[in-house]
Amino acid sequence: MPITTAYKTEIQRVSILDEHGNFDEKLGKDLIPDADLVRLYEAMVTCRVLDEIAFKLQRSGRMGTYPQNMGQEAPSLGASYVLNKDDWIVTCYRENCGLFWRGVPMESILLHWMGDERGNAMPREHFATPIAVPIGTQMLHATGLAWASKYRGEKRISCTFFGDGASSEGDFHEACNFAANLEIPVVFVCQNNFWAISSPGKVNCSAPTLAQRALAYGMPTIQVDGNDLFAVVKVMRDAAAWTREHGKPHFVEAVTYRLGDHTTADDARRYRDQAEVELWKTRDPITRIYDYMKSRKLWDDSKEATTRERAAVNANAAVATAEGIAEPHRQDYFNAMYAELPADLATQLATHNTHSLGQTEEAAHVATEALAKAHASHH
Amino acid sequence: MATLNLVQAINLALIQEMEKDDRVLLMGEDIGLNGGVFRVTEGLQARFGKERVVDTPLAESGIIGTAIGLAMAGLRPIPEIQFEGFLGPAYDQICSHAARMRSRTRGAFTVPLTIRVPVGGGIHAPELHSDSPEAIYAHTPGLKVVMPSSPYDAKGLLISAIRDPDPVIYFEPKRIYRAFREEVPEDEYTLPIGKARTVSEGNELTIVSWGASVVQCMQAIENSGRDIELIDLRTIYPFDIDAVEASVSKTGRCVVVHEAPLTCGFGAEISARIMERCFLHLEAPVQRVAGFDTTMPYYKLELDYLPDAARVGRAIEDCLAY
Ligand SMILES: Cc1ncc(C[n+]2csc(CCOP(=O)(O)OP(=O)(O)O)c2C)c(N)n1
Ligand SMILES: [Mg+2]
Repeated sequence: MPITTAYKTEIQRVSILDEHGNFDEKLGKDLIPDADLVRLYEAMVTCRVLDEIAFKLQRSGRMGTYPQNMGQEAPSLGASYVLNKDDWIVTCYRENCGLFWRGVPMESILLHWMGDERGNAMPREHFATPIAVPIGTQMLHATGLAWASKYRGEKRISCTFFGDGASSEGDFHEACNFAANLEIPVVFVCQNNFWAISSPGKVNCSAPTLAQRALAYGMPTIQVDGNDLFAVVKVMRDAAAWTREHGKPHFVEAVTYRLGDHTTADDARRYRDQAEVELWKTRDPITRIYDYMKSRKLWDDSKEATTRERAAVNANAAVATAEGIAEPHRQDYFNAMYAELPADLATQLATHNTHSLGQTEEAAHVATEALAKAHASHH
Repeated sequence: MATLNLVQAINLALIQEMEKDDRVLLMGEDIGLNGGVFRVTEGLQARFGKERVVDTPLAESGIIGTAIGLAMAGLRPIPEIQFEGFLGPAYDQICSHAARMRSRTRGAFTVPLTIRVPVGGGIHAPELHSDSPEAIYAHTPGLKVVMPSSPYDAKGLLISAIRDPDPVIYFEPKRIYRAFREEVPEDEYTLPIGKARTVSEGNELTIVSWGASVVQCMQAIENSGRDIELIDLRTIYPFDIDAVEASVSKTGRCVVVHEAPLTCGFGAEISARIMERCFLHLEAPVQRVAGFDTTMPYYKLELDYLPDAARVGRAIEDCLAY
């Protein structure tokens, strides 16, 4: 028998508005109505402004470690824009822009990084799950959430986001395999920003694209310029429609770049070339839309100024809300544990002690008084 | 003699063992050029090359699973897991393979690896960056579990761990990574795994603790003005029950302190052993000051959760008054 080709394919890459201002009329025409484009632009600007404020908050000790989203606003925003409002959006931590578009309050994200679980109390109506800290784990939840839709005969799909580094974790592969083999409607979006903290792409993937990982699971897959909001909107719209129609998963690799450090605890100058950062600054998703709107006379300096002003007002309002929240109580982290607090835990809470001799009623009284005093001195 | 902090002491131990033994290699996320997120492996890739200080893919099961293979082949891998909260994906490889390899092959294969893991709370970190899972691994037969509380101990215990023929989880309390310095000999030395250290001697009461909590205990003892003996367990498994027994037999009272949750924390084991061995010497029930049986709260409330000198002080008082 001769040697034949068992399988052959190619990975497509979609770009509509490139960093030089070239616009593909065929793909881009009527893709985003002008009025929407203005709103999307403002959303990106607001997200960026918040990001810059968050960075300063961390530096001045008003917030803990924070992962900047700078440069990666487009993928999640484009997705949120085209998804149905009740499709699940299951993210890690570089999808602020898409979450805000969904309606998740900016202060939720701030609170999370301010060390406050109340930031995770996502109102269910947003169909958004809280930030997932263990890398690569949330894609399985997205698969389960979409499985539930399938089970119930709903048309709801999941869209999940993760990084290039996350695609090394076993859970990523399990999620793809489950979704493909059990035929579950999930759009897997890999934000390939070329770095996983200090690890360059090659550490986590030796193939020329991350998109092709999906081929191994028999999933349609595509690469998109993730800094091109137009291209993201097109690709996400097509992928979501395909997924909804076929009840099967689709993969998207959004090629983008992390313009900031990994988090505020990181110093990227230790491991990456500043020239690379400068190059990617010329591909900024926000300036790209700005230039485009200007060239189309949709935009001028005064509109820009108003937008920036409004973004700052909104972002600062979110900071004020987050910082203005009442101090959390000890009771919060106990009472949140179970539907019903076990008796032993109730004793620990009441006495603020784990040593048995300190768990008397008298100790409980002392603990309550101490707490009240601490509270009073706080206000 | 140089005065080093915990990070520097570990870095020095790694350098010396790598220079001495070319079977030793480091592997993990961001440990190379970046020197690890806590800079514990700073400068080591430049010094020993990319073959011996390896930036791995972002996959903890992969890190430990391949380290097991390397160790079975006779090398001495030292994988780093970036934070204790990310041991999760590696759990299967650690507990189903590393811990069992010697016994299930009747010694035909062994796994001499040292898993370095930053551990514990108190540094204002995000979720899953502040936990204390030592009891889980102490509860897994076949593993050794070490947690130093000072730079001097860190160096000696790490060298012992690296040379140990069995898998060791070496927990590094991140709260005291840079909290203080002490004199650390330049020359190599080992500290036996399974031997506690008496931090301070006393006759009225014994405190048993380990890791960053030892520092809180020292403060509590000072505040109390009482004559208290402090034992730093240093290794959680095997543990130095003889040292505990000798001390508690003398003092008749004991408080065990750890960051991990109370229930099934390692304090439970210590307490049970004291009950078995020192029953007739006890003047008071053994007391445990531990993390509460809740999820470690985000950092706004972490200090409310972690045992501090005040809480240890209350236990000391109650135990002495009994
Ligand atoms: C299971 C797990 N391992 C390690 C970490 C520490 N960590 C946080 S982010 C990160 C890199 C993630 O890279 P990538 O998936 O590419 O996402 P990016 O940060 O680039 O957006 C690592 C190693 C973690 N949070 N979870
Ligand atoms: Mg990345």
